[in-house]
Amino acid sequence: MADYKGIAVFCEVKEGKLAPISTEGLGIGKKLAGDSGQELCAIVVGSGVAEATKEAIAYGADKAYVVDDELLKTYRTDSYVAVMKKVIDQITPQVLILGQNDIGRDLAPSLAFKLGTTATLDCVELAIDPDSKRLLQTKPIYGGNALAVYTSNTDPQIVTIRTKAMTPLAPDASRQGEIVNIDAGIDASAIRTKVVDTVVEEVAGIKLEDAEVVVAGGRGMGSAEAFAQLEELAKLLKGAVGASRPPCDNGWLPDTVQIGLTGKIIAPELYIAVAISGSSQHLSGCSGSKNIIAINKDPEANIFRQARYGVVGDWKKVLPAFTAKIKELLAS
Amino acid sequence: MNIIVCVKQVIDPEAPPASFQIDSASNKAEMKGAPPVIDPYGEYAVEAALKIKDANGGKITAITMGIKLLREVVKKPLSMGADELVLLEDESYDGADSHSTAYALAMATKKVADYNLILCGREASDTNAGQTGSGIAEILGLPCVTLARKIDINNGTARVEKVTADGYEVVEVTLPAVITVSNEIGEPRYPTIKGIMAAKKIDPVVWKPSDIGVESNQVGNAGRKTAVNKLFQPVHEGKCEMAEGDSPEEAGANLAMKIREAKIL
Repeated sequence: MADYKGIAVFCEVKEGKLAPISTEGLGIGKKLAGDSGQELCAIVVGSGVAEATKEAIAYGADKAYVVDDELLKTYRTDSYVAVMKKVIDQITPQVLILGQNDIGRDLAPSLAFKLGTTATLDCVELAIDPDSKRLLQTKPIYGGNALAVYTSNTDPQIVTIRTKAMTPLAPDASRQGEIVNIDAGIDASAIRTKVVDTVVEEVAGIKLEDAEVVVAGGRGMGSAEAFAQLEELAKLLKGAVGASRPPCDNGWLPDTVQIGLTGKIIAPELYIAVAISGSSQHLSGCSGSKNIIAINKDPEANIFRQARYGVVGDWKKVLPAFTAKIKELLAS
Repeated sequence: MNIIVCVKQVIDPEAPPASFQIDSASNKAEMKGAPPVIDPYGEYAVEAALKIKDANGGKITAITMGIKLLREVVKKPLSMGADELVLLEDESYDGADSHSTAYALAMATKKVADYNLILCGREASDTNAGQTGSGIAEILGLPCVTLARKIDINNGTARVEKVTADGYEVVEVTLPAVITVSNEIGEPRYPTIKGIMAAKKIDPVVWKPSDIGVESNQVGNAGRKTAVNKLFQPVHEGKCEMAEGDSPEEAGANLAMKIREAKIL
């Protein structure tokens, strides 16, 4: 294990830019590198990644390994695992950080098994153990009912981080870092899956992940039509509408607006939960919100354990008055 | 079409969060007063297998690994319509991590031998690890597609709708392959009376480590590559300030006032 050193961050490139989750990865990576006296390197993979590489250095990387290839334009498990294995074999980092998103949750476990090491997905906290010098990987389990701190016996110690759980550094464009190009060397015939279509389910208005205010409804909304009232409030607050799992499972709303462990993980300034009981799996998706406000008819509803303000009552009566008052306050 | 579905027995994730307890001595959790259930994520995988069987015919073998497996729980896939049940049940399988779980399951699928497709849930509701499917695929050298919301099989190829943050991708993969299933596949069907009766008559096969050609120190706790240093319940401040009022409408208006006063608005 002595050969493994340094902290590496898998940097994802979206439309030529460094993905926000990768800036968060570099943020925590920098801290871990500092705490353990190691170097932080970025592994930038994609097609047309020059600008993103500069960003990775601005966000804290001491060194960037770049794999730029047309075949890496779209993520495929086989091509990315092959490329990442090649890079990891060359640079042998002690820690590899990815984002818990479409790419990371697919890539991290496959890569870990390919390398004969382990991955811990969806970490909300990372630290170096002062005694063992191993990475302490904190992750919610039991649907968010508990937190577990894992360590890995093997290197590299691979983790994915939850969106918005880590803080990026302020970018510094004057920072310098060495850039090392690595040839992808992909065998196109070894990519065993073929993407025949990509379907984007457009949601009108502000994206859930970007919204400062999110108004979400749960099973208790009762119907697709009822969500119009949440739309009205969201519009007023320039926010987005989301839902817990039951409304999506019932087809009232598209699956892409589901907030929770298996849906979107969001951290807005204000989260208004209407008729949401607050299962652990749902709270996993919104517990990072600055302020949670809840309206629920059940005083024992779990959502009140996380909410700052609430009303116990039937949303059908509470919400219109709440919205009207908000309107009045915003106008004054 | 012969399909293997990996599904586990878990503590009931739908039980009220207040009944969740951790035994710090053993680092194990329980839902006080709630019996264990078939993992809901795995149930979606069973449902996906049944949908394929409905369309293409074939045989479904469920594999469950663990200890103290309650027959009425682990037989649920059978009562939903699966054909066979294999239990990896032995003390040595206990305490597995993602690595030793995927290893044991992969070795068990080799013993089943005759399959076109392996399905797993996207993750398990207890560990939320999300690695078993990818791990099995890597160990067996098979392609893997994660997070399926729809699977169609045609001429030895699976056409999979894979959930993404913005919608979905349509991915084609030649079988045999491993596919993990997300909840968007649709609600698992209820067991029918006929299914429950049929399940009663099926005796699950039990395989010990030696039956799948592995040493007992390669599975379960002994086969782990990770350690749990700590397991604990996060503390919630639990200080929710309730807006009151003589009527629900008044309480609603007062709630708006409260968040204005707190300068959240």
